[in-house]
Amino acid sequence: MSSLPVASETTTATAATAIAVDGLRVRRGGRVVLDGVSTTLPAGTVAGLLGPSGCGKSTLLRSIMGVQRIEAGDVRVLGAPAGSKDLRSRVAYMTQAPSVYADLTVAENLAYFARVLGAPDADVARVTDAVGLAGMTGRLVGGLSGGERARASLATALLGRPEVLVLDEPTVGLDPVLRRDLWALFHRLAAGGVTLLVSSHVMDEAARCTRLLLMRDGRLLADTTPDGLLRDTGAPDVEAAFLALVEQTP
Amino acid sequence: MSPRITAATAARVLAQLHHDRRTVALLLLVPALLIALLSWVLAGDEQAFDRVAAPMLGLFPFITMFLVTSIAMLRERTGGTLERLMTMPLAKLDLLTGYGVAFASVAVVQAGITAAVAFGALGLEAAGSTWLIVALAVGNAVLGMALGLFLSAFASSEFQAVQFMPAFVLPQLLLCGLFVPRDQMSAALEVISQALPLTYAFDALQQVATDGAGAGDILLDIAVIAGGTLLALALGAATLRRRTA
Repeated sequence: MSSLPVASETTTATAATAIAVDGLRVRRGGRVVLDGVSTTLPAGTVAGLLGPSGCGKSTLLRSIMGVQRIEAGDVRVLGAPAGSKDLRSRVAYMTQAPSVYADLTVAENLAYFARVLGAPDADVARVTDAVGLAGMTGRLVGGLSGGERARASLATALLGRPEVLVLDEPTVGLDPVLRRDLWALFHRLAAGGVTLLVSSHVMDEAARCTRLLLMRDGRLLADTTPDGLLRDTGAPDVEAAFLALVEQTP
Repeated sequence: MSPRITAATAARVLAQLHHDRRTVALLLLVPALLIALLSWVLAGDEQAFDRVAAPMLGLFPFITMFLVTSIAMLRERTGGTLERLMTMPLAKLDLLTGYGVAFASVAVVQAGITAAVAFGALGLEAAGSTWLIVALAVGNAVLGMALGLFLSAFASSEFQAVQFMPAFVLPQLLLCGLFVPRDQMSAALEVISQALPLTYAFDALQQVATDGAGAGDILLDIAVIAGGTLLALALGAATLRRRTA
């Protein structure tokens, strides 16, 4: 893999709060999807947002990106209200469905988004390399497999020098080797002060995070660390800990 | 708004078209082939051909750009790329102008080919300037694009978007005066036709083609086409939401 971007203010950023969610409530189509979610993530965190499909993970990520209409609560990213104009080049987002143009090649997609962000053209090679698509830049996204498309979408989120990365299930269906490499990349970014919030419905990804948010039915079941979770529940693994927490909840 | 992002968006839309060769061929050649078919259908009646073909040449780009843009924008909305762009430092006007520049340049080529075939090979004769007819065709293309962008917000599937063509464009074509002169319509229809942008697009083309009008004679029509475009773009921008339910 090639060299990685490192956020500039490493020392000051470590102490700062990157994401602050307070009493977030979201209603979609008459149904309450998020109900009183609160958490604070310091800069440099690799936070995992785990929970079953449909529990509200994507809605929480959308709220943090400022694209979700919210009913109540406060969401701040890097000190500014979520979705502020100032954040648009500092916060990167990967949606759950690959949001890249199927009728463009991988390289054309990335070149376009790089220009929108004002990132240098050389960034395209860096990010395709990081997601293991270096040999496929000339291929149309529409002709790629689902996993490859997801990687093209992830590569887009890595363009430029984002200080916060919000990734919705970035490692689903990936080859284990690439998955390991991506988590290593996430930790290198975090060491440079970048904050990552990564959702997954696969519980065994929890061990790779420095912070864990466990979610079910629109509420946070736990906001802890992988070790803390196992210690508090006495469970042997995250899956068992999740079950223990569900049974504890009235 | 940023010229860099607008230009990148226009280049991206053109690159998407470039990969779809069949669509490009259809966009560029079908209007010319239809004019050729019209000349064959009206064989022997040169007056009728001259009366109908020039306005048709100027109205084709409106129809094709309306369709192409509404589908392209619908894909942008449903494919998640619009949501991604809305989280990036892109102004709504960058996106709309990018689309406008891309499709206007396609319209230049489309109208150019159609005009070359009609005036060059098929012997179409216009009383006024051929260049003005082509310019009006491009203006109509941008109007069609703006309406397509706006209306795509109300379609949740490509089936619906395609049906917007007969729903919103065909009534305008029927009422614009191409089939029946507007002063021969019932009073109610004439009033309705005055509220439709295509009426002014047709009026301008007809005045140039049959009465030899110059740009100065059709200023009202040009103003309505431009105003309609700006209004549709403003309404289209209002449908691009950064925050959705």
